[in-house]
Amino acid sequence: MKYLEMDHVKKSFDGLEVLKDISLSVEGGEVLSIIGPSGSGKTTLLRCATLLETMDCGSLSYLGESAAEIVDGRSVYKKPAELAKIREKFGLVFQSFNLFPHFSVMKNITDAPIHVQKRPKDEVYKEARELLDKMGLGDKERAYPCQLSGGQCQRVAIARALALNPKVLFFDEPTSALDPELTGEVLKVIRSLAQMHITMVIVTHEMAFARDISDRVLFMDGGVVALQGTPQEVFGSDNPRMKEFLGRYARL
Amino acid sequence: MSFSVMLAQLADGMVRTVGIFFLTLLFSLPLGFLVCFGRMAKKGAVGNLVGILFRAYISVMRGTPLMLQLMVVYFGPYFLFGMSIGNKWRFPAIIIGFSLNYAAYFAEIYRSGIESMPIGQYEAAKLLGYSRTQTFFKIILPQVIKRILPAVTNEVITLVKDTSLAYALAYAEMFTIAKQIVASKSDFTPFIIAAVFYYIFNLIVAVAMEFIEKKLNYYH
Repeated sequence: MKYLEMDHVKKSFDGLEVLKDISLSVEGGEVLSIIGPSGSGKTTLLRCATLLETMDCGSLSYLGESAAEIVDGRSVYKKPAELAKIREKFGLVFQSFNLFPHFSVMKNITDAPIHVQKRPKDEVYKEARELLDKMGLGDKERAYPCQLSGGQCQRVAIARALALNPKVLFFDEPTSALDPELTGEVLKVIRSLAQMHITMVIVTHEMAFARDISDRVLFMDGGVVALQGTPQEVFGSDNPRMKEFLGRYARL
Repeated sequence: MSFSVMLAQLADGMVRTVGIFFLTLLFSLPLGFLVCFGRMAKKGAVGNLVGILFRAYISVMRGTPLMLQLMVVYFGPYFLFGMSIGNKWRFPAIIIGFSLNYAAYFAEIYRSGIESMPIGQYEAAKLLGYSRTQTFFKIILPQVIKRILPAVTNEVITLVKDTSLAYALAYAEMFTIAKQIVASKSDFTPFIIAAVFYYIFNLIVAVAMEFIEKKLNYYH
């Protein structure tokens, strides 16, 4: 089943066309990585998918439930109440974590399940502790975000997103704000999620990581999907733009 | 006049000064939020109009003397509606005048705090499904309070000293009484007592606010 489907997505900012007719779909259990140079529209695409940005044109649906459809070449979104229901289907991990600094680690993770999803406290706390253990942060539940390293913060952010049991989990350059050492610990966690077959869409600049864990890779360039396929197909492609892009990484 | 009699008379005024202070805070702190939201309204034609109106309100409140505003509130009803004004109206007029004025200043302090919040906090809250009300009260407001506390302290300290402006309406708060005694007895002591009183009052305010700031220092 298609967990995420986006068709003919277009988005401009002040006349600058950032997304030029992009279509993509993600199957349940699939891990899709989106790579490409800065300014190619990766983050904008992710923000459109997570309803943080409204598309100019394009349709968007999760598990067959439509959030926006194309009417006369424009996107028409569903009513706020319906969008709120669709928002429950996905989670997002931000580049800059965006943890709530005045909440403890535990409260960051449990507050939304308790007060938004109205789930029983005991159950939520139990799950949160399991999640924290999985993230290697079992001893940090009382800590505040300012007491944690960037890598730890990002793992809390991942736990916070997972606590709402999303069907699709998005990552927006989850390691770009971290040094190489901390990057490793976050990537390890994401890798473990891939092994659990959690459906993920990851915007990343970590090429080796994308090649490793993705079922499919999408290479964006200049607001279009320049290339997509299995990691082998994309990273082994003869596409000149792709080669140029990878070459720059190889030289680093 | 003996020192103790003087002190007893001034103490009466002190109670009234403290009364103006607390009642003004009680009304102006929440009213400031209303003004702040009005000032930040910009959705649609109505929002635009509301925004302009509250902008004008703040502009007038900050741009004219508080003493003049107190006079307008006190004498206004008589000149506008022929309402008889007397002793009963004096105190309410002072509280209304102070509250309206301070609400404008607090509104701008709140706005600075709200607008300094990173957009990521709103986006994270949205992604987690928080409603707009939940987002404001659970996520944004607690952080805003921490950010604006030093600016609010400034304003509150100013208010302690501004209470003496009630003198303009011949309300018998501390400064009014002090001035009366000085004039009638040709004795300078009441001014010194007044100075010490205001200073200690503000010291308490500053220490209390610092205590709250420390309480909120568990995160940054």
